Amino acid sequence: MALLEINNVSLSFGGLKAVDDVSLYVNKGEIVSLIGPNGAGKTTMFNILTGIYKIDHGGILFDGYPIQNKIPQDIVKAGISRTFQNIRLFRNIRVIENVLVGCHITIKYNFFDALFRTPKYRRAERQNMVRAVRLLYDVGLSHRVHDYASNLPYGEQRKLEIARALATGAKLILLDEPAAGMNPQESAELLRFILGLRGRGYTILMIEHDMSVVMNISDRIYVLDYGKLISQGLPQEVANDPKVIEAYLGGIQNVEN
Amino acid sequence: MEKNTEEPLKTAGGLYRVELFFSKRRMILIPAAFILFLAVPLMGFNQYILRIFTVIGIYIILSLALNLVAGYTGQLSMGNAAFYAIGAYTATLLLLRGGVNYWLTIPLAAVLAGFCGLLLGLPTFRLRGSYLTIVTLGFGEIVRMILMNWDSVTNGTLGIRNIPAPDFFGITLSLRNGGFYYLVLFLVVLVSAASWFIVNSKIGRAFVSIREDEIAAQMMGIRTTKYKALAFVLSAFFSGLAGAFYAPMVGYIDSNSFTFEVSSQIISMAILGGLGTMRGMFFGAAVLIVFPEVSRFLMDYRFVIYGVILVLMMRFRPQGLLGWQPRVPVRFSKTVRSDLMREGILPEGE
Ligand SMILES: Nc1ncnc2c1ncn2[C@@H]1O[C@H](COP(=O)(O)OP(=O)(O)OP(=O)(O)O)[C@@H](O)[C@H]1O
Ligand SMILES: [Mg+2]
Repeated sequence: MALLEINNVSLSFGGLKAVDDVSLYVNKGEIVSLIGPNGAGKTTMFNILTGIYKIDHGGILFDGYPIQNKIPQDIVKAGISRTFQNIRLFRNIRVIENVLVGCHITIKYNFFDALFRTPKYRRAERQNMVRAVRLLYDVGLSHRVHDYASNLPYGEQRKLEIARALATGAKLILLDEPAAGMNPQESAELLRFILGLRGRGYTILMIEHDMSVVMNISDRIYVLDYGKLISQGLPQEVANDPKVIEAYLGGIQNVEN
Repeated sequence: MEKNTEEPLKTAGGLYRVELFFSKRRMILIPAAFILFLAVPLMGFNQYILRIFTVIGIYIILSLALNLVAGYTGQLSMGNAAFYAIGAYTATLLLLRGGVNYWLTIPLAAVLAGFCGLLLGLPTFRLRGSYLTIVTLGFGEIVRMILMNWDSVTNGTLGIRNIPAPDFFGITLSLRNGGFYYLVLFLVVLVSAASWFIVNSKIGRAFVSIREDEIAAQMMGIRTTKYKALAFVLSAFFSGLAGAFYAPMVGYIDSNSFTFEVSSQIISMAILGGLGTMRGMFFGAAVLIVFPEVSRFLMDYRFVIYGVILVLMMRFRPQGLLGWQPRVPVRFSKTVRSDLMREGILPEGE
């Protein structure tokens, strides 16, 4: 059974069919990429998956349970976490605190534990602090622990978003253009990191324009255009699909970036 | 891992050194300050000065309370004087009509104020930004109107007189004997500690994440409405506490003690000191209580100056005078440090 199963999902904004009868699945341990020209509906798909938008039709199963139209908080709890295309960090707090906010649902103490600093509070804070630093170390940000998020260069902000998403304890990670704004060396590093995530049991659904990244690490690829799925399959199959080539030729200048 | 060539955290400059100085010696400095404040009534100040100290204490509590909603959670409440009023009236009525022991009236009044905070909060959580602010503003006025017109309970515009001062082991607290000063000092310590513990926990981090980016906060699994409600309740609770202390101290309350000017004064203090910092609340309250007193000779012009200062500050230092981001590294506890050391991932600078 697939970890994530999207069945015939549609969503319109007024007259615009942003997502039109899309079905796709992601197996546990896979790296699946969702590509397509600008405005194809990729980010909208992520927003649907994470409960920001409610769908008009269709169903979504995660781990066998329906999650369509649930609120974001319940979806994270179920095990799906994400990063944002237009980075949404907590800018005026420190890097480590960003990750600790990500740890929120894994920290199990209540208001009174915090108020009276009970042993439970102390233990949870200690464990999660170590966990947060470890996550930062993993993404290569251990030299930024004490820094404020807004002071990080773009590429590092993306890494921080990934660390924060991992902190939630989710097993399915949705990455919205993780390589955007990274230099080639950084993207190569990111590529290795994402492969490492899979090695540690994570499942990845990724939106990405950088074809060197997409072609190198995807197990399978889905292609969206104008809200519709126009192609799917192994990287080589998709790359040679005339429909994909046509969709991209229309917007080739966008793909370059 | 590639190391970035930029300086991770600017650690140069005089301010940083001052910060480091205080941060390193905080275990000595805070108790020292506390002892100094304990000694204030013994320094032979007259009643006028002791009263100023006491009023500063009340406003520190009110600012700390506002700070939880406005500073950390990012929801500007313009009606906090209402909770202050609810606390004051509840304590007074419990004392005079209910015959409740003074020391019980304080927590009871705070709880009722907190409950009103929840009532205000519940229908308003769908509102954001300025809409919410306007509702809180309206709430403040409604409460004042009720206090002014509900004659049978609040005695209307005449207010309630002769609120008795409490006894503490046979000593009647007064401004002269420093009793009220010590009580407010105790309450300030209590509220500061509570505020500090809340802020430095997952609860405080949830508050801040809502302020920074509500959608991202939801994506981290944070029940943002629940935490906004909690921030409102805590803010109302502490404001009510201040009100319960205030009424017997002055011995007289009416609805004019709790006008919008009080709310805006609390906001000014918080902004002047630096929203989202605790140090800023102490500073803002002290400055804005002392300033009108020392500038009495300027008569009504002092309010003009007061306004000009606030406007200049909004223009040139919107984060508040003490509202900088601390640059001293995060403190890791010994166990955290040893855990990290064992894993060989201790971040540098440790
Ligand atoms: N909240 C919204 N209201 C109305 N239209 C929207 C909304 N969100 C997205 N759209 C529209 O839906 C379409 C799909 O947008 P989406 O952001 O999903 O594209 P995308 O595939 O992520 O593109 P890009 O590669 O540029 O990020 C676009 O035409 C966009 O303008
Ligand atoms: Mg997008």
